Amino acid sequence: MSKARQSPLRSIAAHAILLTYTLIALFPVYVVVVNSFKNKKGIFASPLSLPFGDLWSPDGYAKVWLRGDFPLYFQNSLIVTVVALFFVLLFGAMAAFALSEYRFKLNSLTGLYLALGIMIPIRLGTVAILQLMSSSGLTDPSGPFGRAAPLTALILVYTAQGLPLAIFILSEFMQTVSNDLKNAGRIDGMNEYKIFFRLVLPLVRPAMATVAVFTMIPIWNDLWFPLILAPSETTKTVTLGAQMFLGQFQSEWDAVLAALALAILPVLILYLIFSRQLIRGITSGAVK
Amino acid sequence: MATDNIEPIKRPFRSHILVFLAPAFLVYTAVMIFPLVSTLYQSFFSKDWTFVGFANFMQLFTDPRLSASFWNALSNNVWFFIVHMCVQNPIGILLAALLSNPKLRLRGVYRTVFFIPTLLSFVIVGFVWKLILSPVWGVTQGMMKSVGLGWLYQPWLGKEDYALTTLALISNWQFIGIPMMLIYAALLSIPDEVIEAAECDGITGWSQFWKIQLPLVLPAIGIVSVLTFVGNFNAFDLVYAAQGAQAGPNFSTDLLGTLLYRTFFGAQLQLGDRAMGSTIAAVMFLIILAGVCIYLFGIQTRLRRYQM
Amino acid sequence: MKFQTTLMLASATMALLAGVGSAYAQDVNLTIESWRTDDLAIWQDKIIPAFEAANPGIKVTFAPTAPTEYNAALSAKLDGGTAGDIITCRPFDASLALFDKGQLASLNDLAGMENFSGAAKSAWSTDDGATTFCVPMGAVIHGFIYNADAFAALGIEEPKTRDEFFAALDKIKADGTYIPLAMGTNDQWEAATMGYQNIGPNYWKGEEGRLALIAGTQKLTDADWVAPYAELARWKDYMGDGFEAQTYSDSQNLFTLGRAAIYPAGSWEIAGFNANASFKMGAFPPPVAAAGDTCYISDHTDIGIGLNAASPNQEAAKKFLSFVASTEFGTIEANALPGFYPLAKDPVTIEDPLAQEFASWRSECQSTIRSTYAILSRGTPNLENETWNASVQVIKGAETPEAAGARLQAGLDSWYKP
Repeated sequence: MSKARQSPLRSIAAHAILLTYTLIALFPVYVVVVNSFKNKKGIFASPLSLPFGDLWSPDGYAKVWLRGDFPLYFQNSLIVTVVALFFVLLFGAMAAFALSEYRFKLNSLTGLYLALGIMIPIRLGTVAILQLMSSSGLTDPSGPFGRAAPLTALILVYTAQGLPLAIFILSEFMQTVSNDLKNAGRIDGMNEYKIFFRLVLPLVRPAMATVAVFTMIPIWNDLWFPLILAPSETTKTVTLGAQMFLGQFQSEWDAVLAALALAILPVLILYLIFSRQLIRGITSGAVK
Repeated sequence: MATDNIEPIKRPFRSHILVFLAPAFLVYTAVMIFPLVSTLYQSFFSKDWTFVGFANFMQLFTDPRLSASFWNALSNNVWFFIVHMCVQNPIGILLAALLSNPKLRLRGVYRTVFFIPTLLSFVIVGFVWKLILSPVWGVTQGMMKSVGLGWLYQPWLGKEDYALTTLALISNWQFIGIPMMLIYAALLSIPDEVIEAAECDGITGWSQFWKIQLPLVLPAIGIVSVLTFVGNFNAFDLVYAAQGAQAGPNFSTDLLGTLLYRTFFGAQLQLGDRAMGSTIAAVMFLIILAGVCIYLFGIQTRLRRYQM
Repeated sequence: MKFQTTLMLASATMALLAGVGSAYAQDVNLTIESWRTDDLAIWQDKIIPAFEAANPGIKVTFAPTAPTEYNAALSAKLDGGTAGDIITCRPFDASLALFDKGQLASLNDLAGMENFSGAAKSAWSTDDGATTFCVPMGAVIHGFIYNADAFAALGIEEPKTRDEFFAALDKIKADGTYIPLAMGTNDQWEAATMGYQNIGPNYWKGEEGRLALIAGTQKLTDADWVAPYAELARWKDYMGDGFEAQTYSDSQNLFTLGRAAIYPAGSWEIAGFNANASFKMGAFPPPVAAAGDTCYISDHTDIGIGLNAASPNQEAAKKFLSFVASTEFGTIEANALPGFYPLAKDPVTIEDPLAQEFASWRSECQSTIRSTYAILSRGTPNLENETWNASVQVIKGAETPEAAGARLQAGLDSWYKP
């Protein structure tokens, strides 16, 4: 590629814009993290300075540690998010492939049906979902399956909730996979499952990565279904735990900021680990 | 690169179609469609479960208070959407375009950083921005004063004229990663040959972006727009986290989602009204359906899609 | 597909975890639904151990939900059949609706209910008073908490009359060290509850006005109901800069950090303020028009506790509710949660001086409850929620007191016939 004509001026302008936006994106996170290490007076008196000298105080974290089991909440969030994500990607890609690859009766109707879910918040079905889950014994954390039961209920809800968007985006991307390639595969004697898993899936990896991130965020951050389906101490997610904490200590800002920082950091770390995979997926998957 | 006019090979009955569709179809139907239908069904009934036909819908549009709340929420929602389309998506496209330059240094870092706000939950975003904009804490005020703009400061979230736009901008801040990522992925999948051919013709820089890349990522921009539309008309959490279920000040930040929540589940001493809540949900659903159909049948079919 | 491998590994972990079920002994487990997230520690450390020690074989879990989500989450869980055995009751119309739907059980024959007067029970009884469905647990009193050090430094006495009150505010404002009033309008309920319901009873003469409003002989457009709005409108000048975006916790922090002089309060603030303020505090009741006038205070039955009619553990739950009705519970509550006043007939000794101060007004003034809670919030538009909005609009100057009164009365007339 010949991008040698790139002028230094243009590159400086690009960096200026990107740096400005970096500041905007990170400022609130900075404010939370920095202030979570200060004492209450320091939080108010000098909110922007770094937590050194007599401002320094880990009291907020001590309070959070005493009153909430954040490692457990984190574990719950991770289990629910990862498992639901797995099912959304697998089932979603399969359905999207069927819809974009084959002409069959009811194709567009099925597509529309599967897309209905992005147009209406699943929260509205709460009462029926709760009845369904409780009649299947999936809301009781003290039953034979322990805390796995409410977590399974959450996974089911999030899988259903994530599917419409996944199918919608993935079928859009699957239409860009070359037919020649698939037909060549068929001539080589590959069956449809092999074509899907061996040929198509690797090619739509950028889209899969994108869908993975979009699906993960609302699941990780959801407050409502953990509150309804899994509110007990052993099944709380990070978001619910942090929210409860805000309710409990709403005027104790050192503790509140520490809880916020603890809720932000795990996602950040997870994302930093994940983003390498994600970006590798996006860049290497781009079909040339 | 070939345009999408090659028909897939037609075959007789194929069981694998069922296998591919069944898992998604079953989970989705049982856990999402069935509960939603059983809720929407209630919009045709009164509170004591007698069938009333469209009476709830009539009431929603004729009762002076209810209809005023509804139109207020709808017009707020439209503004909320406009701000997203005019601020979030253009900035998202701009950032994606800058990042897609393979010569750019540190692009991995930028990309990672820009997506961070999108990872945060509404609880955190609402709370943090409330703190930052708080007149009591004075972070924003102090920063504006230090650059000589102190007189511009307003308690925005508390002012009827500014609160909704402020929240929309906070929401832009939070979700900018989504248009950025989708368009970034689309830009990356443009084959190098296309770019090289353009450069041979002397099309570079911004004109290359406008004439070559932008048309090629139009389908992705289409998806971004429709996702923004659906997301905005379902939005609820940010307003709820920042302003409460009463969507203050004076309902100036009320969106269809908060109106629905307040009506369906109740708020403070207001009892939940499942029938009217379902009615509002049904109307919201029709609005979103209409928007998505305009996209699917009016816009998407006209977009040229390229197989690469 | 490395990325997929990661997912598969994680789901295998999940499958392993699923095996780690938990088995409990034969104990009966009771779960309490509540919105009092603030009190979690006191329930866990004091109240529940006291009950469990006396009742072996019953285990109790206090499972609070944030106040803003409580009503919605509770009603969804009750409808879905997964709510806890014991339900913390909002006063009046909200709980009555749950009883009418058959979700709260009648507690008429509960041992310990005889400890409560009819007035205490009225917040959780049917309109005819025949059935009570929650054990009255606590009342909260409104008034003003002030920074006593600031008052001393500025030479201000506790104001008795409205003129003295505004004179004090003027003096604090002129001095400039303190924000005179710590109140904001961002969360709306603050303006209505700490503002309108706090100062209002002195205008509408407590119960007399409240009952007349319900009977329809007084209207929200009458002078006694509009005047508190007019006084609220005057508060604007004494509130901090940017009060429009000031939240409830902002107000609390302004006061406890010593930046504001007077906090329009509910007695439930006492515990938190004691823990966070490093200066001396005092309290005074809402000032009256002229010295020697009868004073009226909002002494609001705020919190009760009832029995989920669908609970499988009715007997154990009733034992717990009888415990809540006992003097033992009242003593723990009054001292662990100063500012929540037990409603049982037997008096309880209160140790905290600030809580004592609030309680002492009961003998000097006439008590009433918040005017919008009983009966008038049963329909749509809901008078309580409308009052939040009106109080804010009036303080901001966006609506005149008269217009607010007229709007509220019109809303009430649209569904309520005395």
